[in-house]
Amino acid sequence: MKRFLARGYAALIYLFLYAPILILIVFSFNASKSRGNWAGFTLNWYLELFQDRQIMKALYYTMVIAVLSAIIATVIGTAAAIGIHNMKRLKKTIVMNLTYIPVVNPDIVTGLSLMLLFIFTNLQLGFVSLLLAHITFNIPYVILSVLPKLKQLDKNLYEAALDLGATPLYAYRKVILPEIMPGIVTGLLLAFTLSVDDFVVSFFTTGSGVSTLSIIVYSMARRGINPKINALSSLLFLTVLILLVIVNFRSGENKNKE
Amino acid sequence: MQEIIIDLVNVSKNYNGTEALNNINLYIRKNEFVTLLGPSGCGKTTTLRIIGGFEKPSSGEVYFNGVKINDLPPYKRKVNTVFQKYALFPHLSVFENIAFGLKIKKMDKKIIDKKVREVLAMVNLAGYEKRKIDSLSGGQQQRIAIARALVNEPEVLLLDEPLGALDLKLRQEMQFELKNMQQRLGITFVYVTHDQEEALSMSDTIVVMKDGRIQQIGTPIDIYNEPKNAFVADFIGESNIINGTMVQDYLVNFAGLDFECVDSGFGQNEPVDVVIRPEDIQVVSEAESPLRGEVKTVTFKGVHYEMIVQSNGIHWKIHSTGMEPAGTRVGLKIVPDAIHVMRRVTAK
Amino acid sequence: MRRNWLSYPYLFWVLLFILLPLLLVLYYSITSITGEGIRFTLEHFQRFMEPIYLRVLFRSVKLAFISTVLCLLLGYPMAMILAGKNFKKKNVMVFLFVVPMWMNFLLRTYAWMTLLEKNGLINTFLARLGLSPLNILYTEKAVVLGMVYNFLPFMVLPIYSVLSKIDKSLIEAAEDLGANGITVFRKVIFPLSLPGVASGITMVFMPAVTTFVISRLLGGGQFTLIGNLIEQQFLVAGDWNFGSAISMVMMAVILLSIGIMSRYERENEGGGLW
Repeated sequence: MKRFLARGYAALIYLFLYAPILILIVFSFNASKSRGNWAGFTLNWYLELFQDRQIMKALYYTMVIAVLSAIIATVIGTAAAIGIHNMKRLKKTIVMNLTYIPVVNPDIVTGLSLMLLFIFTNLQLGFVSLLLAHITFNIPYVILSVLPKLKQLDKNLYEAALDLGATPLYAYRKVILPEIMPGIVTGLLLAFTLSVDDFVVSFFTTGSGVSTLSIIVYSMARRGINPKINALSSLLFLTVLILLVIVNFRSGENKNKE
Repeated sequence: MQEIIIDLVNVSKNYNGTEALNNINLYIRKNEFVTLLGPSGCGKTTTLRIIGGFEKPSSGEVYFNGVKINDLPPYKRKVNTVFQKYALFPHLSVFENIAFGLKIKKMDKKIIDKKVREVLAMVNLAGYEKRKIDSLSGGQQQRIAIARALVNEPEVLLLDEPLGALDLKLRQEMQFELKNMQQRLGITFVYVTHDQEEALSMSDTIVVMKDGRIQQIGTPIDIYNEPKNAFVADFIGESNIINGTMVQDYLVNFAGLDFECVDSGFGQNEPVDVVIRPEDIQVVSEAESPLRGEVKTVTFKGVHYEMIVQSNGIHWKIHSTGMEPAGTRVGLKIVPDAIHVMRRVTAK
Repeated sequence: MRRNWLSYPYLFWVLLFILLPLLLVLYYSITSITGEGIRFTLEHFQRFMEPIYLRVLFRSVKLAFISTVLCLLLGYPMAMILAGKNFKKKNVMVFLFVVPMWMNFLLRTYAWMTLLEKNGLINTFLARLGLSPLNILYTEKAVVLGMVYNFLPFMVLPIYSVLSKIDKSLIEAAEDLGANGITVFRKVIFPLSLPGVASGITMVFMPAVTTFVISRLLGGGQFTLIGNLIEQQFLVAGDWNFGSAISMVMMAVILLSIGIMSRYERENEGGGLW
């Protein structure tokens, strides 16, 4: 009996989570704009989606910003994690608390504070400001992904490398970095995903016609329902699903290695 | 007598106000098997790490073949280390682990291949080149760690409690193999352990340490038979340590009786520590000795019986192949040779 | 390992892009530009104390609080179910739970727009059954619904994480000492899960209290939460001073709630939050 209740409850919750998304996807194939009636199967909305210049441009910007900000954040963040790992306790606590600020701060504050900074420094809002903003909120997540891997590392590995004749640089290249690579990759993927998904920070820090997908969706949604958004949702959902399966598959592999 | 290869002069080490090493003076000769022995926190690992270059002394000098190496980083020293937890590189194979140091020296590929195979054969793991580290047992990882260090042909090998994680049988086998290796290869070994049996069976010289200070340096036999103070006596082998008074040369008073002994050079009636090994006390009939008592407990320990005999307020620990059951009144006979008198150390 | 210089690029970044901007917000909140120049003042904060604005704050906290409670009530049982399953299916079920989280939250909110609107799916469905239509969109109920929908996984996952780490032998020990199911839950499981509950509450309350998207899309143009208020002040009214003051108030609310919650949360690895 207990198990039946549990299963039923879980099913309801999953239904609650997935129903809206699935309905969106289903209706992206609906020939009519109506949200209540089914008028036949069509791929029209998908066609219109790809023909919409604005949306495609936004897609382009979203991807470029995501890739760039993820890579740059990973480089800065990995270096930072290594530096932090070697700090004495007091300094480490201070830096870690600083690192948590953008994580804990609501996006709206991060977004508008950066906007203030850019205006204050006379940097025109556009691609560069958007990129800087994305890097800013990505770095902490990279650090939080790499630092645990550094903690797990056997302290003696670095010393063993030195003992065998490696210079510090060689030791980092050949011993430390390969060991923490899973953390680095996780950080990279996390940063990429957060960047694609971001709305609020982008909303405040972009300008000059540079838009991301989220911003486009927001302006479209404010004007009302539009099946093109449904089509976009289906595609995004598919992409997210595939990405997550890949990540899960990778981390499953890693678990077998350990 | 071989020349001195490592010399520590007045070496001290402080960590944030805690003193880890206090004025260590120690020299090591070529081809010696030296063991740093002591309880946790005595400074033996710190000393080893200073020799290896992973720590710098707060004061004092470290000499290698007569050259001061205080500021020389580990990768420039002709010293290699076997770490306590092996520190094998998990993402590299056995071959790549062992070849690591050779690759850095930019040796020819064929020579590296030959050397790696040779050293694997020496540790009885021939054929293991392609294996992954996590597929090896503790004992095997141990030997790979040793191989990885030895293949670089260091002048000195540092070993930090390398056998700690192995079970008893394996540990004893490895002790034998390591000693063998050291003698065959003619390398100086500096070995750290808290296990006194290990130290006694493997070393040419033992350095007993406590609280950052050297307590005694000597051969295993010297240290066992002539411990310099109560700590060393208590740490090495088992002992009975009793308060006594030196009446005069060759005569010491303890347990309310005077005993002939072989020590001299103490002041008259000087309070001293008397150390007697459990295996040096004979259990005889009451009539045969003025020192008498009652057997309190008898424990069978395999190799011998351990009896606790209470006499004149003292609990004597006695090891013997025979035994008297609990409750028996017995006499304890101690020959002069078995009595070790040492200066009372106020801070025990 | 004197590699501290590796963290310098990051530290410089933090200084420039995190600390400096926040200082700017602080600066704008306590200054005012007059004819004579810049003047330090608390008038923006005083303006916030007016009833009309306090009502906005109160409404935001109220809705966030309701959403958090709902998430807790709905999410805790779900977390328990997830933690109780055996291995093979568990990974898949947790994975399925995580997937919607990664879906763009704008789109998830938009999904509810289509469901809830006058001619939306729910009303069409109800009409077929002969029931009168529900007018949920553009009301407080819709906003709460949107919040719960978006943030439920953030409540479930921390609780699940803590529950799954509870040493099974503790439960066995309690049962061995005579505790039945309910007592085991009350006295062992629930207290041990509190750090996860605290995490979950923090991770729901914070975004809930500061959102402006959910309130705008599901609440409509006239619906104002504190997030909307801030957005308006900055982008529409151009009153940065007032907007910054409101932001400072909001940050204070956040810090306060984190402070309260961190007493229950155990330290995570990776350095402190305080």
